[in-house]
Amino acid sequence: MSSTTRTPLPLVVFHWAFGIFMLAPLAMVVLVSFTDKGYISMPFDGASWRWYQAILDAPDFIDAFWRSLGLGAVAATLATALAVPAGMAIAWHRFAGRDAILGLLLSPLMVPHVVLGIALLRFLTQIGGSSTLWGLTAAHTVIVLPYVLRLVVAAATGFDRSVAQAAQSLGASAWTVFRRIELPLILPGVAGGWLIAFINSFDELTMSIFVASASTQTLPVKMYNHIANTIDPLLASISTVLILLTLVLMMVLDRFYGLDRVLSGKA
Amino acid sequence: MDERRNLLPYWLSAPGVIAMLALVALPLVLTLSLSLYPFDPAVGVGEGLTGANYADIATDEYFRTIFARTFGMALMVTALCIAVGVPEAYVLSRLSSRWRAVSMVIVLGPLLISVVVRTLGWAVLLGNEGVINKSLMALGMIDSPIRMIFTFTGVVVALVHVLVPFMVLAVWASLQKLDPATEQAAESLGAGLPTVLARIVFPQVIPGVLSGGLIVFALAASAFATPAIIGGRRLKVVPTTVYDEFLGNLNWPLGAALAVVLLVIVLAVSLGMNRFVERRWKQVFQ
Repeated sequence: MSSTTRTPLPLVVFHWAFGIFMLAPLAMVVLVSFTDKGYISMPFDGASWRWYQAILDAPDFIDAFWRSLGLGAVAATLATALAVPAGMAIAWHRFAGRDAILGLLLSPLMVPHVVLGIALLRFLTQIGGSSTLWGLTAAHTVIVLPYVLRLVVAAATGFDRSVAQAAQSLGASAWTVFRRIELPLILPGVAGGWLIAFINSFDELTMSIFVASASTQTLPVKMYNHIANTIDPLLASISTVLILLTLVLMMVLDRFYGLDRVLSGKA
Repeated sequence: MDERRNLLPYWLSAPGVIAMLALVALPLVLTLSLSLYPFDPAVGVGEGLTGANYADIATDEYFRTIFARTFGMALMVTALCIAVGVPEAYVLSRLSSRWRAVSMVIVLGPLLISVVVRTLGWAVLLGNEGVINKSLMALGMIDSPIRMIFTFTGVVVALVHVLVPFMVLAVWASLQKLDPATEQAAESLGAGLPTVLARIVFPQVIPGVLSGGLIVFALAASAFATPAIIGGRRLKVVPTTVYDEFLGNLNWPLGAALAVVLLVIVLAVSLGMNRFVERRWKQVFQ
């Protein structure tokens, strides 16, 4: 969409200001993490790694990190297992109730997470699953499912069904058609969906704060509870590690899909 | 196609549908029913159905203030996201592909970073001992810190930062559908850039602005972490109030009623707006 005229200076200045606005809070977190003081301050009059060493002395944060990592991986995998067949049905078939089913499967995007949080806390308490890891996993699975579904539907809508029909007419079973033809074709959407689902589960706070108990705290919940009491440089160093890890994932996503497409569910 | 074939899409979507019914629909219905029970300090949830929780929310000045603040905040955040996000999306569309890739990471990347981390950054910037106040004092521009954390303005700024990528994304999507020839035609007929923007570009991206605005509004009204950390205990919004009722006062029925009202308002705005957009800009979605 490049235009014949050059972008006017005010717009260029605005663009830079916007970039600074987006990066400033993150840059602050990174800078503050290198302070040698015991409180939040800039590292310019004394820098150190002490707050990174402090992470190693905070086993509850490390436990929470591994728990979030495992939870994200399991929830994303379960959500993918549910979303792939549903996405293929929605993309390739016209059937009564299709829109209603699509709406239901995307509904967690419409419901505020605080509402889902109390609803699931109450529900899991009644069935005896509150403060268990499986309750938390089930909750995360449903809230990340829409992200996978959108990408699977987008990927499946794009491709030519006649290949699958050709295989079928040559005697391939439904399972063979799925495994050898359909799945490989939608695999980029599935992989992108899994990754976005994983990131969303890993970052989720508002619902987890209700569903997680003291023994199943995820990393964002642990960090939030810590911030609610005190803001110290330890949080800044943990956040910096998270920013770095996210940056790596971001590069992967941008390289293979383009951030705009994968984030708006159009890959 | 035989009968078995026709049932296939239902079989394929059944596992997902069952998961949603069991873990989203059913819990929401249970929350609705929970909100109709009285609160009993001894056992938590009392006996007998009542509308008292909703009556409380409707009549108590305390809750009315909280709802007004929440939706006032959400509207303001939405307006600012439109004011900032639309021009940014337009600049993105004009950048060379290399600069665009870099800018995309800067603009959209923060979406992948936890809201807790992003809000922590704003707490560091806005605090009384924070970076902005310390720099201004060091420069001698102010004598005492300006109060920014625990203020309405502080929460709005931080929420705009958290949510503006959604606006850029939505407008960017509709800018990509634009035919550059229309812009060029207007330019070749002597229209300056302001005219091209106002008469050609903006009218065509309004659906994107509206759908982005809807996402931002719904997420701003239901935001928890940012108002809780930047707003503090005194600047309560509906989600933080639900949290306090549920986990602080242990008044689950009242917390459930607050959640139901929040859900109904957010859904009503979303569905109403969707209807409006689809009817008004029907041709765009075909």
